[in-house]
Amino acid sequence: MIEVRSVTKRYGRTVVVDDVELTLPAGGLVSIIGPNGAGKSTLLSIVARLLPADAGSVLVDGHDVASTPGDVLARRLAVLRQENHLTVRLTVRDLVAFGRYPHSRGRLTTTDEAHVDAALEHLGLTDLAGRFLDQLSGGQRQRAHVAMVLAQDTEYVLLDEPLNNLDMKHARQMMRMMRRAADELGRTVVVVLHDINFAAAYSDRVVAMRDGAVVVQGTPAQIMTPEALHAVYDMDIAVHDVAGAPLAAYYV
Amino acid sequence: MSADPSVRGLTSTAATSAAPQARTGAAPSRRTTLVLVGLVLLALGACAAYLVLEARGSWDFVLPFRGRRLAALAVVGAAVAVSTVVFQTLTENRILTPSIMGFDALFVLIQSLAVLGLGSIALNQVPVPLQFGVEVVVMLGASTALFFWLFGGARRSLHLLVLVGVVFGVLFRSLSALVQRLIDPNEFAVLQSRLFASFGAVDPQLLAISAVVVAVTCAWLWSRRRELDVLLLGRAHAVALGVDHRRAVLSLLLAVGLLVSVSTALVGPITFFGLLVANLAYLVAGSHRHAVTLPVAVLLAVVVLVGGQAVLEHLLDAGTVLSVVVEFLGGIVFIALLVAGGRGR
Ligand SMILES: Nc1ncnc2c1ncn2[C@@H]1O[C@H](COP(=O)(O)OP(=O)(O)OP(=O)(O)O)[C@@H](O)[C@H]1O
Ligand SMILES: [Mg+2]
Repeated sequence: MIEVRSVTKRYGRTVVVDDVELTLPAGGLVSIIGPNGAGKSTLLSIVARLLPADAGSVLVDGHDVASTPGDVLARRLAVLRQENHLTVRLTVRDLVAFGRYPHSRGRLTTTDEAHVDAALEHLGLTDLAGRFLDQLSGGQRQRAHVAMVLAQDTEYVLLDEPLNNLDMKHARQMMRMMRRAADELGRTVVVVLHDINFAAAYSDRVVAMRDGAVVVQGTPAQIMTPEALHAVYDMDIAVHDVAGAPLAAYYV
Repeated sequence: MSADPSVRGLTSTAATSAAPQARTGAAPSRRTTLVLVGLVLLALGACAAYLVLEARGSWDFVLPFRGRRLAALAVVGAAVAVSTVVFQTLTENRILTPSIMGFDALFVLIQSLAVLGLGSIALNQVPVPLQFGVEVVVMLGASTALFFWLFGGARRSLHLLVLVGVVFGVLFRSLSALVQRLIDPNEFAVLQSRLFASFGAVDPQLLAISAVVVAVTCAWLWSRRRELDVLLLGRAHAVALGVDHRRAVLSLLLAVGLLVSVSTALVGPITFFGLLVANLAYLVAGSHRHAVTLPVAVLLAVVVLVGGQAVLEHLLDAGTVLSVVVEFLGGIVFIALLVAGGRGR
């Protein structure tokens, strides 16, 4: 379980995460949605102890992320950031192998190799494993970073906009993979998404943020109403019922 | 290699079906092995050339005399190479060296103040180990204070640290210029000779102490090589992978400070040489891993320093200009990197 307790983050006098309370039970897929600048990435970074909170605390299975030893947490929780610029030139395989560091401290065992192979396979990167990251397309590079997170093989997986740069096919594959991770392996997947239809179709729960606060949360059905969406995005969005599932027509 | 059946987890479904394939992450590649073997041979060749070329007179005299100089070159080469590679990893930057952060300038200031305060005659009577000790302690103390001040607190920005280091360098240089104006011209000539990196007259006692310090520090850094690899990915990735980033960076920076202080106190300031060997090392190593880049950089440093000294001293009869030559080459690399970096963006 992830417990976010009165977490606040300020930059100067601007409050970007405002006293957020949030409890995410273990298991299942939770989407975080909201407009640009809502504080989604900031909150995710605080949960993943990449950023210190100014007030409040985050507990992962009862461990305070601010005080738990980094290596203990790294075997329990993995995170993909929104931006993943690297200054070092690596091959796809080298990058994914770094995901095993919390387990093997850089000495890859056969088990580690198997996890790396599996992560590459899951993201359709087996043929690109020997390529350097700067020789990949944006979507391929994005998949390589997700593969690294998967190779870390943790109970909790936090992904900030994993669908960035992906085509329709790979975006759907990615969502299905996360769904499987939650269903078949009991993982807890928390994912920031912009496409509310993806969020609604695949999540158990949707958390909507705006101006640093959680404005609505609930099941996809509870979020996918014109009223709720208006509260989040300040837009009039019609929601249609397509084959029994809600579909938001936000394009027009 | 077949997949371990005990693999479980998120990636387990495909783990058993993963096809065997070339591994780039585990065993050293053939290229790496070739580079290492080639460099070891080159380094040995350079050492042999330095010891025996143009040797006149009795071997009993020539070998210990040259051996000592050779050892000094090797110790300084290793210290500069390792400290630069580690520093560049920590700052995620390939055009910085620790010396740019004011180490050289501090050394110059210490020397200037010593000549001004004591006078060159009195200074020459201070035992060499004492001078060395004071220099190392002052430089290490200053760098430690700087690191803890800027990196130990809540705000921890490596870039701020580097920037402040550069500013302190300018301050030290200006202070030195002021002090040097107060020194009388004869004394100034003495001071100048102390300020050039010189591999000539290295005190055997200091050499032994420095060799031990450098060896122990390098061995410790070698033991952290896998953590250094992770630090190459930058702070966020390192933290996500469980590295205690603040502690790791502080302790590694202190080791860098120790290496640079000892090498500077031993032979004098060397600013750009580290840049030369570190970047050459990245170029030929063919791997990002410190298990490769660290030894390659050390070997390159030995080849360049010892080989260069062999050629200059024995063949061209110009042994005192080595520091000038390596600094010149390093300076060219620095400019080339700046130009290439500018074009890359
Ligand atoms: N380092 C920083 N300094 C100052 N303000 C910042 C900093 N980082 C983020 N912010 C501000 O914090 C707010 C929240 O940023 P955050 O990245 O969490 O938004 P987000 O919800 O992830 O948006 P997006 O959908 O665009 O990724 C934004 O208004 C942003 O401008
Ligand atoms: Mg974001």
